[in-house]
Amino acid sequence: MTSPSPDTPFPPLPSSRGDEFDGLGQNPDLDVDDSTGTERPVHLRWRFIGLVTLGGTIGTGLREGLALNFPAAPGSIPLTILLINVVGAFALGLLLESLVRRGPDAGRRRDLRLLIGTGVLGGFTTYSALAVDTATLLGDALPIAIAYGVGSVVLGAVASWAGITVGAALHRRSEAAS
Amino acid sequence: MIAPWLFVATAVAGGVGAALRLVVDGAVRSTWSAPIPLATLVINVSGSLVLGLLTGLADHAGLPREWLLVAGGGLMGGYTTFSTASVETVRLVAEKKRVAGIASGAGMLLLAVAAGLVGLIIGRS
Repeated sequence: MTSPSPDTPFPPLPSSRGDEFDGLGQNPDLDVDDSTGTERPVHLRWRFIGLVTLGGTIGTGLREGLALNFPAAPGSIPLTILLINVVGAFALGLLLESLVRRGPDAGRRRDLRLLIGTGVLGGFTTYSALAVDTATLLGDALPIAIAYGVGSVVLGAVASWAGITVGAALHRRSEAAS
Repeated sequence: MIAPWLFVATAVAGGVGAALRLVVDGAVRSTWSAPIPLATLVINVSGSLVLGLLTGLADHAGLPREWLLVAGGGLMGGYTTFSTASVETVRLVAEKKRVAGIASGAGMLLLAVAAGLVGLIIGRS
């Protein structure tokens, strides 16, 4: 369990490390290292770094595939990146709300959060392109720069809020059905 | 379309960038506690500075476009993230920390754009 295994992102959990064990009031970002008995934070464990690398590769591939096929015209709002960021903000809100309502951040739920949330959606969306494109537009198209920068942040927040709301509603519906 | 190897290199660079984000995020969180999402701010501002620098170098100093794609769109694109920034802003507002939420949302945009501009200026000089 200590080495990254991108081919098998969801290995079955040993019985000693089930959700009940991991969820007993522990810091969700700490995990028990069975082999040595020491605790290492998530961000320093190779298995989790591997999951995030795999997800980030997929997300970045999707983003660049879209951005290269639908490039922005010079001096105009980069609509492809705007759409990518807003869709990713919605999806992350939906994912995190769905996961947190199913139980503590441990085991398979944490794997999903790191692979899909931190990895795929983190790599799919981007802030550096937003910032540099806005900075480039500042010089020759100030109103467009402001519309793009402020519009991205506002639409992203609305999308995340919508994703969280949908995640909560879906969970209530599945609770009522069961 | 670009060459397949260049596309794969860009995607893999994005994976490395995402892993770098995980490590920097954890390091910042374990070092400082702040009322705003400081780790995401550090990541997005530093990544915007580097992308601005690379873009400026590609525009004026002959940095090959392939390098800009792999190190800029790939590595820095995967390192920085918009989705987490959005969700963290909404969570602050939902927790009635409206000032912190709006300040972090607006502050991140201002600081990242400023960092991107500084990078562009340095890269072009």
